[in-house]
Amino acid sequence: MALFSIPNVSIKGLVSTVPVKEELNSEYDWGSEREGRLFVKTTGIAKRRIARDGQCASDLCFSAAEKVIEGLGWDKSEIQVLVFVSQTPDYITPATAILLQDRLGLPTSCIAFDVNLGCSAYVYGLSIISGLLQNGGIRKGLLLVGDTSSKIVSKKDKSTAPIFSDAGSATALEFDENASPMHFNLQSDGSGSNAIVVPDGGARNRINFDSLKMKAFGKGVIRNRSQMIMRGLDVFNFTVQEVEPNIRALMDFAGKELNQPDFYIFHQANFLLNDRIRQKLGISKEKVPYSLHEYGNTSCATVPVTIASEINKELGKRKLQMVLSGFGVGLSWGSVLVELNKVYCPELMEVD
Amino acid sequence: MNINDFILRFSEEFEETGNLNKETKFRELEEWSSMHALLILAMIESDYNIVLTGDEMRACETVEALFLEVEKRKN
Repeated sequence: MALFSIPNVSIKGLVSTVPVKEELNSEYDWGSEREGRLFVKTTGIAKRRIARDGQCASDLCFSAAEKVIEGLGWDKSEIQVLVFVSQTPDYITPATAILLQDRLGLPTSCIAFDVNLGCSAYVYGLSIISGLLQNGGIRKGLLLVGDTSSKIVSKKDKSTAPIFSDAGSATALEFDENASPMHFNLQSDGSGSNAIVVPDGGARNRINFDSLKMKAFGKGVIRNRSQMIMRGLDVFNFTVQEVEPNIRALMDFAGKELNQPDFYIFHQANFLLNDRIRQKLGISKEKVPYSLHEYGNTSCATVPVTIASEINKELGKRKLQMVLSGFGVGLSWGSVLVELNKVYCPELMEVD
Repeated sequence: MNINDFILRFSEEFEETGNLNKETKFRELEEWSSMHALLILAMIESDYNIVLTGDEMRACETVEALFLEVEKRKN
């Protein structure tokens, strides 16, 4: 386990955005009405947000970034680092972070790069950008985390389409010698890489005519090789074994009891799984908010979406100690214990 | 570990349990959906503290085969 602390960095603002278009799982083309009911009951996902044509994760993050900069009254010329974490960048190259540096009008003295992660994105992203800010040489940064999974998922695949949803976010961080340290526990296991995968489109299997041929893998599971495969049982197996020990080790390292944090924000995978993790940790339900029901699994953005949609008012009121935990594709997982003190966090925003 | 308890817990995940017994080929049940695979995996994890892999589950055809797989892992 990579257990480490990063001092001197404060989260100052957090804005999360979703597209306008909503899709209801009750209207999905299930094999039977009963199957649809069971899906919603088990996963907890009733609705999802779908980006319109021409709307990318970068656009959702751009709007979030403009809002957080405005909300904090930041001078753009002072922003020295921009990290964009996503599985759905605008292009294979160049990096979307650099396109965003230009769109946002940030100075050319700004560091900008992409990171390719999904479910673990926000936690990993926090460690990366905070690592760069902790010494004070660079003092203000933006962590942009978002995905438009709807664009890489087959609408005719009932194992993925009713789960994934689109969102973006922008987190503003600043060098602050008075900040409480963030404590991290990050892990990875590539032997589980087949659990969630998009086979074609990278260098290994370039897009070819076969990539677009739709194939059936059972009733209601029709997709092509440029679309996501999720092996749900394998994801469950991994999550139910690894997430709880990761969080326990983190809290041990930080010298804290499990019942001390005000909130636990888990990656919004599915309710059955998430609640099992909560039970294993012995945490009360009030400390574990969900955005799953209304917004589905927004991939890398589930943590900021949940904060903005469920507890944004708390962030502005008082000092909060939170554990954020992401787990999934890679396999990659990690958790962070972080203190948030009067953070600018407007309610979840819609972006056309 | 008791196979009758296992069959009972297994059948609780279905709306129409009908004649569920140890020989039942659960994937052939009319009600069966991929959600059930997840629910059964979750039931085994919470009740027996055993986490089966997707492959181990897929290798079992009958309720009894699944029970024996869990029992094997427990010992």
